[in-house]
Amino acid sequence: MNKSQLIEALAKAENLTIKKAEMVVNTIFDNMTDALIEDERIEIRGFGSFKVKCYNGYQGRNPKTGAVIEVCEKKLPFFKVGKELKERVDKGGQD
Amino acid sequence: MPLTKASLVQALFEREILSKAEAARAVDTVFHLLKQTLAGGEDVLISGFGKWVVREKKERRGRNPQTGKDLTINARRVVTFRASGVLRRHINKEKPTLE
Repeated sequence: MNKSQLIEALAKAENLTIKKAEMVVNTIFDNMTDALIEDERIEIRGFGSFKVKCYNGYQGRNPKTGAVIEVCEKKLPFFKVGKELKERVDKGGQD
Repeated sequence: MPLTKASLVQALFEREILSKAEAARAVDTVFHLLKQTLAGGEDVLISGFGKWVVREKKERRGRNPQTGKDLTINARRVVTFRASGVLRRHINKEKPTLE
């Protein structure tokens, strides 16, 4: 499923115009992005939570050429799957 | 304070996109649809944000880290998230680059 399919499914389920549904979906992901930029956590009960983790820089190698490169420190969002989603996804595999 | 569904409802209301009640339903529906899709084994890709991928994990030998006992970790299905390049650059406050 991609963003436009999510927009269509939302429009259908909630009887919204595509335009409205698009604004809803964009607002949701824009707000989530802004929260992560501000280093804020996101908690959606039953779905999961996001937090930004900091990673130190390290010396790595280009696996192709073997050249030593400096990998800079970085921040990455980490998603922890919620209990309900975790259980539903696992159960889905047994069908 | 973490961002919650209530914060998203408030944002939709403040931007005059939906009423409070409509916004609450719409936010619930969005996460319901995401969960339903992933539970059905289908991946979700939100361009500019990231993707959730359903992965099959094989059975493997493991160890209980508390007791040190050997045990078998059953085959299971898990969801992983990978942030898009756009989101990663935003979080690291980098300028957008061409990919």
